[in-house]
Amino acid sequence: MKGDGNEFLIRIADLRKAFGEQKVLKGISLQVKRGETVAVLGRSGGGKSVLLKLIIGLQTPDGGSIQIADKEITTLDENQLNEVRKRVGFLFQQAALYDSLTVEDNVAFPLSRHTKMSNEERNDRVHELLADVGMDRDLRKMPSEISGGMQKRVGLARALALDPEILLFDEPTAGLDPITAAEIGDLIVKLKRKRKMSAVVVTHDVHGANAYSDRMVLLHEGSIAAEGSFDDLQGSQDEFVKQFFSYGSR
Amino acid sequence: MMRLPIFVLTAAASGAMTGGRLRDQVPIARNFLFGVFEWFGELGLFCIRLIRAALTPPYEFGELLRQCDAIGSKSLPLVALAGAATGVVLSLQTRDSLTRFGAKAFLPAVIVFSIIKESGPIITGLIVSGRVGAGIGAELGSMKVTEQIDAMEASAVDPYKFLVATRVAACILMLPLLTVVSNFCGILMGWVANTLSEPISLRLFFEDGFKNMEFTDYIPPIVKTAVFGLTIGIVSCFQGIRTSGGTEGVGRSATSSVVLSSLFVILADVILVRLILMIWG
Repeated sequence: MKGDGNEFLIRIADLRKAFGEQKVLKGISLQVKRGETVAVLGRSGGGKSVLLKLIIGLQTPDGGSIQIADKEITTLDENQLNEVRKRVGFLFQQAALYDSLTVEDNVAFPLSRHTKMSNEERNDRVHELLADVGMDRDLRKMPSEISGGMQKRVGLARALALDPEILLFDEPTAGLDPITAAEIGDLIVKLKRKRKMSAVVVTHDVHGANAYSDRMVLLHEGSIAAEGSFDDLQGSQDEFVKQFFSYGSR
Repeated sequence: MMRLPIFVLTAAASGAMTGGRLRDQVPIARNFLFGVFEWFGELGLFCIRLIRAALTPPYEFGELLRQCDAIGSKSLPLVALAGAATGVVLSLQTRDSLTRFGAKAFLPAVIVFSIIKESGPIITGLIVSGRVGAGIGAELGSMKVTEQIDAMEASAVDPYKFLVATRVAACILMLPLLTVVSNFCGILMGWVANTLSEPISLRLFFEDGFKNMEFTDYIPPIVKTAVFGLTIGIVSCFQGIRTSGGTEGVGRSATSSVVLSSLFVILADVILVRLILMIWG
């Protein structure tokens, strides 16, 4: 993992995935450098979330290669895969907080299983993580007692618990009002600066992605239709890219 | 699985149908058979993964205790009530029959034997498969559709270890204890119902009831309930964890957990009674 600042933490090559007859990913290749944030855009049902689940090993690809920190995860057994997963944080679309646990226990969950922290150290760490996302006053609440935006913040704190080198965001601003969505976007920028992690953000929010990403990838019909900065993509002459950005700018 | 008897009846009824209509049934039967084999195949893989998760450290003792409370303590009132009702009904019904045959003196022994050897275990098994089976199926199902199980896996925690193994183990541990409570309530209420018709002291009732019981009469039915617990735990966790299709899928999982675990408890009972009789006579 040590090396110069430009090493790739994620290397995806010729990644393919189909569900029955439906080919969702048709040979995607993508690299993410250390400290880089890549936004993956595309239409609903275009395979963006599947891409994230393949990266963390929740689904198995039909072909191609996925390397996380130089480890080919498609060939790892469950224990080896779990070692890689500890270095990756995942914020789910609906936050996926555990219903039966309080906010505090949700964030403590990975810490209590993968670290040898004392109760006091773990509590301090949980408070610090929740303070980072502005949720340190609702420790004892259950997930059902907080709003969608607050759930995403707690989900983010949980994803950061093991101090991951890579963060995967699945629609971090979907279903939120513009102010809360902007707050989550600001939070991603803040965390990116503070923790210097690599991130892959799946989103529909073109302008939000412009605020926190270094590079954008546009998926269309299972392939990468365009790749580059916001300005590159906005100036693209490709019909689909133009259409996506014109609707996304409304 | 519940479609099997319906299918058999339908197939039998269509025996007199024309060849063309019979041909229409063939793809349905084939799909149904594929579905059954697929279900058992997936269940086999699920069990292998469960065994691996249950036997390898670290062990989730905290979650196991929480599940023992959820499955055991919280089922206690219902199981006690069902056991008590069984005792009352058994006492009332059996009393009438035994009186006709002039064997009324055997009433305490009949109540104790039938509750300890069969009624208590099966009633407890069915009550728990209803309450706990639905609960586990719905809880794991809803965790599945809201990606909580994926989130657990993504944070490098094996859901089979944390969610499945703990629930199955809690079912295995709690069923025998619940059965003991159910048996006690059944026998006690059997005495109460008997005493209301013809007063008899509790001590005499117990002496008459238990004097011919042997140690081997107690152990097999209790062990049998641990197998019921295993069945309920595995079937309801399996149905819950393979849920798909949103909230409708959660409802389906809860229902199928109850139906299938009750069905398998009854099947297990038939097999185990035969085995017990073969081993202990």
